[in-house]
Amino acid sequence: MISLTSPVETWAHRLPAGIKLAALSGLTVTLFLTDRPGALGAALLAVFGLYLSGGPVFLRQGLRHLRMLWPFLLLIALWHGATGQWQAGLVIALRLLTALALANVVTMTSRLTDMIAVLTCLLAPLRGMGLQTRAVELAIAMVLRFTPMLTENGRRLAMSWRARSPRRPSWRIVMPMVALALDDADHVAEALRARGGILNDRDAGKD
Amino acid sequence: MEHNMTRIALFAALIAALGLIPSLTLAFGVPITAQSMGVMLAGAVLGAKRGALAVLLFMALVALGLPLLAGGRGGLGAFVAPTSGFFLGWPVAAFVTGLIVERWRKGPLALTVAMASIIGGIVVMYGFGIVGMSIALDKTLAECALLVTAFIPGDLIKAVLTGLIVQALARSRPAALLSRG
Repeated sequence: MISLTSPVETWAHRLPAGIKLAALSGLTVTLFLTDRPGALGAALLAVFGLYLSGGPVFLRQGLRHLRMLWPFLLLIALWHGATGQWQAGLVIALRLLTALALANVVTMTSRLTDMIAVLTCLLAPLRGMGLQTRAVELAIAMVLRFTPMLTENGRRLAMSWRARSPRRPSWRIVMPMVALALDDADHVAEALRARGGILNDRDAGKD
Repeated sequence: MEHNMTRIALFAALIAALGLIPSLTLAFGVPITAQSMGVMLAGAVLGAKRGALAVLLFMALVALGLPLLAGGRGGLGAFVAPTSGFFLGWPVAAFVTGLIVERWRKGPLALTVAMASIIGGIVVMYGFGIVGMSIALDKTLAECALLVTAFIPGDLIKAVLTGLIVQALARSRPAALLSRG
């Protein structure tokens, strides 16, 4: 499965993912605490600079991810144009753009393996509360492995629907998709158990 | 242990797959994305706790940078967009849906699941969504509620369909319905 990490290698790819995530959290909170258009405009320019430093291809990829905001920006323009509160509208629009662009830049410059490592780190303290971090890691790997398979199931069901009906596939293919997924889950569970289970310590075999 | 874990993982993958298949049509030819139905289904089929865990697992994969949301979106941006409140409400929506299906055992299953999906997948999820939107767009809750009402009829239909799907599932795989197990 293809992750959203940009194939264009930038300097930010080499920063540790944990530091990028910590910075992102801090900066996003700050963005929502500020109401000054000047500060928000400067922040947006700085984030734009980050994208620019990755080169034209990286910049274009980044801009494409921001397209989902246009209905909201249009709404804000109409609303604040009608009420005449231009400054408030500008603040909201700048904040939306900067927050989303900043979050995307972290996703685009962090590899999946690095992000999984950070998640494992974050989950480690929960081990004391009885969370099996090994099970979480295995579950992540399973979702990565099975999503394309279940999607293929859906495509095949849609295709067989088309073979029998002139109309487009309806919601009726969802039930067999769920049933097939649950069957797969049982098969995988049996296979895991046959290989000694997901826990290799004293908890093994407990249900 | 293995069975619970694989069901949670496979349901997370199913929510992803429902977002990736081409949109389905209703009886009158209206296209729908099935992904939000996946959240209702997770709660209704797996029960409150496992359903919420399946949704949390799915959200973790989105946060890690996988484009699993309908339309190929994903990454950390999914948590700071104006619509992120809805997304953040998903695990609670699945939990509430599952809890109601677990507790309310009278009457036909399809009706119970549809009602549970309306309460969990619409009332709870829109609650989160409206609060998130009001923070992101700096508008009052009432104004944001007005903005999203257009999407409620579609979700009502999805809740009814979830009821029908779970009823059909209960017939073909009686043991699979962990919420009633």
